Amino acid sequence: MAELGAGSLSLGDPAFNYQEHELNERLKRLYPAVNEEETPLPRSWSPKDKYSYIGLSQNNLRVHYKGHGKNHKDAASVRATHPIPAACGIYYFEVKIVSKGRDGYMGIGLSAQGVNMNRLPGWDKHSYGYHGDDGHSFCSSGTGQPYGPTFTTGDVIGCCVNLINNTCFYTKNGISLGVAFTDLPPNLYPTVGLQTPGEIVDANFGQQPFVFDIEDYMSEWRAKIHGMIARFPIGERLGEWQSVLQNMVSSYLVHHGYCATATAFARATETIIQEEQTSIKNRQRIQKLVLAGRVGEAIDATQHLYPGLLEHNPNLLFMLKCRQFVEMVNGTDSEVRCLTIRSPKSQDSYPGSPSLSPRHGASNTHLHTGADSPTCSNGVTPPNKSKSHSGTGSSSIKYPSVSSSASSSTSSSPSSVNYSESNSSDSTKSQPHSANSTQETSLSLNFRRNQTHVTRSSNHDSEMEIEAEHYTNGVVEGSSARIMNGTYKHEEILQPDDNSIDEGCTNGRQLCGGNQAATERMIHFGRELQALNEQLGREYGKNATHKKMLQDAFSLLAYSDPWNCPVGQQLDPTQRESLCSALNSAILESQNLPKQPPLMLALGQATECVQLMARVRSGSCSFARVDNFLH
Amino acid sequence: KGQMLKPPLMCAFSSEVTATSRHYVDRLFDPDPQKVLQGVIDMKNAVIGNNKQKANLIVLGAVPRLLYLLQQSSSSLELRTECAVVLGSLAMGTENNIKSLVDCHIIPALLQGLLCPELIFIEVCLRCLRTVFISPVTPVQLLYTDPTVIPHLMSLLSRSQRTQEYITQIFSHCCKTPEHQTVLFNHGAIQNIAPLLISPSYKVRMQALKCFSVLAYENTQVSMTLVNVLVDGELLSQVFVRMMQRDQPIEMQLTAAKCLTYMCRAGAIRTDDSCVVLKTLPCLVRMCSKEHLLEERVEGAETLAYLMEPDVELQRIASTTDHLVAMLADYFKYPSSVSAITDIKRVGHYDPIILSLDHDLKHAHELRQAAFKLYASLGSNDEDIRKKITETENMMDRIVSGLSESSIKVRLAAVRCLHSLSRSVQQLRTSFHDHAVWRPLMKLLQNAPDEVLVMASSTLCNLLLEFSPSKEPILESGVIELLCSLTQSDSPALRVNGIWALMNMAFQAEQKVKVEIVRSLGTEQLFRLLSDPDSNVLMKTLGLLRNLLSTRPHIDQIMSSHGKQIMQAVTLILEAEHSIEVKEQTLCILANIADGNTAKELIMTNDDMLQKIKYYMGHSNVKLQLAATFCISNLIWNEEDGSQERQDKLREMGFVDILHKLTQASDPNLCDRAKTAMQQYLA
Repeated sequence: MAELGAGSLSLGDPAFNYQEHELNERLKRLYPAVNEEETPLPRSWSPKDKYSYIGLSQNNLRVHYKGHGKNHKDAASVRATHPIPAACGIYYFEVKIVSKGRDGYMGIGLSAQGVNMNRLPGWDKHSYGYHGDDGHSFCSSGTGQPYGPTFTTGDVIGCCVNLINNTCFYTKNGISLGVAFTDLPPNLYPTVGLQTPGEIVDANFGQQPFVFDIEDYMSEWRAKIHGMIARFPIGERLGEWQSVLQNMVSSYLVHHGYCATATAFARATETIIQEEQTSIKNRQRIQKLVLAGRVGEAIDATQHLYPGLLEHNPNLLFMLKCRQFVEMVNGTDSEVRCLTIRSPKSQDSYPGSPSLSPRHGASNTHLHTGADSPTCSNGVTPPNKSKSHSGTGSSSIKYPSVSSSASSSTSSSPSSVNYSESNSSDSTKSQPHSANSTQETSLSLNFRRNQTHVTRSSNHDSEMEIEAEHYTNGVVEGSSARIMNGTYKHEEILQPDDNSIDEGCTNGRQLCGGNQAATERMIHFGRELQALNEQLGREYGKNATHKKMLQDAFSLLAYSDPWNCPVGQQLDPTQRESLCSALNSAILESQNLPKQPPLMLALGQATECVQLMARVRSGSCSFARVDNFLH
Repeated sequence: KGQMLKPPLMCAFSSEVTATSRHYVDRLFDPDPQKVLQGVIDMKNAVIGNNKQKANLIVLGAVPRLLYLLQQSSSSLELRTECAVVLGSLAMGTENNIKSLVDCHIIPALLQGLLCPELIFIEVCLRCLRTVFISPVTPVQLLYTDPTVIPHLMSLLSRSQRTQEYITQIFSHCCKTPEHQTVLFNHGAIQNIAPLLISPSYKVRMQALKCFSVLAYENTQVSMTLVNVLVDGELLSQVFVRMMQRDQPIEMQLTAAKCLTYMCRAGAIRTDDSCVVLKTLPCLVRMCSKEHLLEERVEGAETLAYLMEPDVELQRIASTTDHLVAMLADYFKYPSSVSAITDIKRVGHYDPIILSLDHDLKHAHELRQAAFKLYASLGSNDEDIRKKITETENMMDRIVSGLSESSIKVRLAAVRCLHSLSRSVQQLRTSFHDHAVWRPLMKLLQNAPDEVLVMASSTLCNLLLEFSPSKEPILESGVIELLCSLTQSDSPALRVNGIWALMNMAFQAEQKVKVEIVRSLGTEQLFRLLSDPDSNVLMKTLGLLRNLLSTRPHIDQIMSSHGKQIMQAVTLILEAEHSIEVKEQTLCILANIADGNTAKELIMTNDDMLQKIKYYMGHSNVKLQLAATFCISNLIWNEEDGSQERQDKLREMGFVDILHKLTQASDPNLCDRAKTAMQQYLA
């Protein structure tokens, strides 16, 4: 903690970095519902939004008066950099009086943007303050009301804004002084005002622990709001609610093809399943094939059972084929697997349970914002810290974007590879490759004795495009481009985890299971895939998503050990999930059944509602977060 | 489930109910044990929630039979268990049921049952015991009659969550006196119960917490032990702080705050400890807010008053916390209109609405007395807080009406509050006078229990201070008789207050007031008070004498009529073992006497007294030297008749030498006084 009078902190200073870290941690803990990209939190006083008699120092946290201080006309204020976001629910900051100066005419409070800064907080409309000299509160008026004790040098004054009931109270040295203002308008900025020479105050927006136990206060409101939700009156509609819930559970089970469970549930609750048993079983079979990495078989089965489906969904077909290529590299696709001597048993089943249900980790949900993805108006983004980066329910054509971790491309991608047909397991010779090489070169595939230049682009624009294209009415795949760009995912996936990686792949994994015929088949398939891409390009116009998908898939060949390369994440079986759910949704849609289970739709709706609450400035959204209710 | 039967119907059914009840009891005497068991089970199902049935069975003598079956070793475990269950059910009924059960010696029987090894039987016995002991009609002493009971209960604490819940609940209801606290403490209550504070069961945690609150109340030994107790590596005070978190149930927050309050008042936690200042105090202030139940608001206010009573800093903090002073004003707004209720009350007596209103009325009293207590505590030291209180809406009116309320508790609290505020000179001069508080106060003094009298008379003392504008009207109301009668009370506190008030009254009073005081008190009583065993009474009586003996005409007048006795009393006090303060006061009285015209002679003719004065002039205590010198100075003062003779006599007695010596004294006051006296000789 920076002591009083300590030298001013500057960027790069370890103390500053520590403080910055503390600040971020504390703000994240206090205001988890705030999306700082949309509504940044106040972190310091604004050097731009202040009267000239105000001086700032210590990273714009310390305020001192530098005017004449003759009378009230010399009053001066400063606002924080940002207004208080409603999604805080409850917001709090503290101000320590370093020196009361000549007369101690200090005001601490809130004001809206544009309020005159040549004044103390509280004197004008949309301005609120608590003044040290008389202890009065000023509610948009030149005359104060008796409110609390006076304050002076050494005191710590806190200001808490309750955005649930739009009130404000102050604290002095950790003691609550009671409500000062009610019916506060939205978008207020933390504000301080000084009026006589020598007055100095320090702000604490979370850089240091607060004197007042604000988290305890928040816990009371969290309990209140949770109680309100738990006790929401249902009244006469109890039975109605029960059948709605039963239908939700039932349709969820059906959607994911839990045939036996769904049937048992339907029997017990006397509900009706809309879809036929065989249809459910067919879907279940296809899903199992995809999850087992046997994509070729899955395509065949789909074409057989649902003729015309893939023809009408060329994008889906392309994604499936791309995946098939990846699975060939993996050695799991049946077209290459039959060429290997491996026991089929080990690859038959998808490791672990074929559970498709999304996991709602406790991690923070990075939600799509309107600006980023205007399309997912009703979407939920399940948090995705867990390895089973699940895309269940997502009908979106979702690109399993591994490559975006290309921020590391310069250091880790030996992008120039010599691939020799006769020597598939030999170590490949890599040469340093210019990171600036163009993308176009990467699309040429010459496997025989040719150099394959594979460069993965990290073109953010194209990813944004993906986001924009990606339309869904319900659940949105958790891995938005933004999240995938993060490094944590990358690291986690690369961690060897025997439980989640196909048995056959754990030790001595080799390309196409190490079989030469299989490798040839794969290369052949790769050419077909490229041809398909070109054909689709001619028919529907160029598709950046496809191009990138193809690039990433082919990039796997550029490494001697594709499982441990920057794009190796593609080989992870969990990557099959999003494709599996996309295919499942497409089939359901073709049968005129909802492509989203209503449960996920409801979840998405609830999440979206809570976000909407933040935008319409209903502070209780902070304590009504959907993940609080998911276990 | 018990049905609400209208009275006429109930009479019609009564005999029938009795017949079936008799059948239930008869079955308990069946020779076939299986049939007895079935009978008990049927009885169990019949009594649940049916108070009438319970009363019938008790009247028909079911209890002794059930207790017999319960104690018989030949009874099966199942039968004994079912018997205990039925008894427990009977105990859930009215207070009369409990009385009957206790009269049938159910407590020793159940306590005996606890020796059985079967947990299920122990649990039902404890459950029944719990129900009996938490009733206000059960004498708690019954828990302590057999000295082996408490240790056995302690040992049963480890058996199950149920035993923990019931036993701690029994303890918290049966710990009423310091002796009970000591018994429980000596049997390891703290070590045995502390781990229960982190039990997974809320009920167990809550009952354990309640135990600690009753154990720590005004008990230094327990409190000092508690601060050092660790629960799962955490200090107990921190466990209590966690229980006060704002998302915890209110009952838990409040009880945890009580524990910390009691520990603080017992001196185990400092009043400036952050767990008191930043946690306990704010928690208790929160409890006073309107959003809580009336009982919680009452308990919160009373506990807070107790917490901060001795500490001005806590009073200052509380006075600024969450608008507490204004928040308390809400305590008087319940119920909204008392007159409306009294009007309804006249209509009829058995209407349930009226009963609930009675309940409300009781709460209204409780709320008001709690608010008065808290105001009294808040205002006991700080002038600014007193000002804030008296400026609260209608505050003085509320106190005035509180002084004449029917409830003694409210009257006492109101007068406590008034007393606290009467320590303010400012308030005495303004609000006290404006609201004529002396009037209800005087009325209160006419006929009240001692505890009210002590507070009221103490307040009166302040109202009789010289600068108080209420002094005159009080005098005219014939207060002297009343105060004089207080000085004859058995209670030292009342005697002090009586004489103190008289002392204040006599200060710079008119001659006729002084005469009236002396006449009314009577010299006999005055001298009795001068030998009072309570030194406070003695001091105030001397103070009264001193105030009476001021201004020359008054001195001479009183000394001419009571001189002999007063001189006697002064001699006695100066010769006896007394504190410096008492002796100083007495010497001052002597100095006043020496200031009289004729009264002087009473000293001058009393050589023994002069020797005493001489002795005190050479005393090691400066205060006594000063008072004695003052006395001599008055005696030798020039410009008065006979001053020359007196000077000569005192010179002969060697006073001049002493005065001369004192002019060299290191104490400047004493030195000045001696010089002034010496000048009388030089003039």
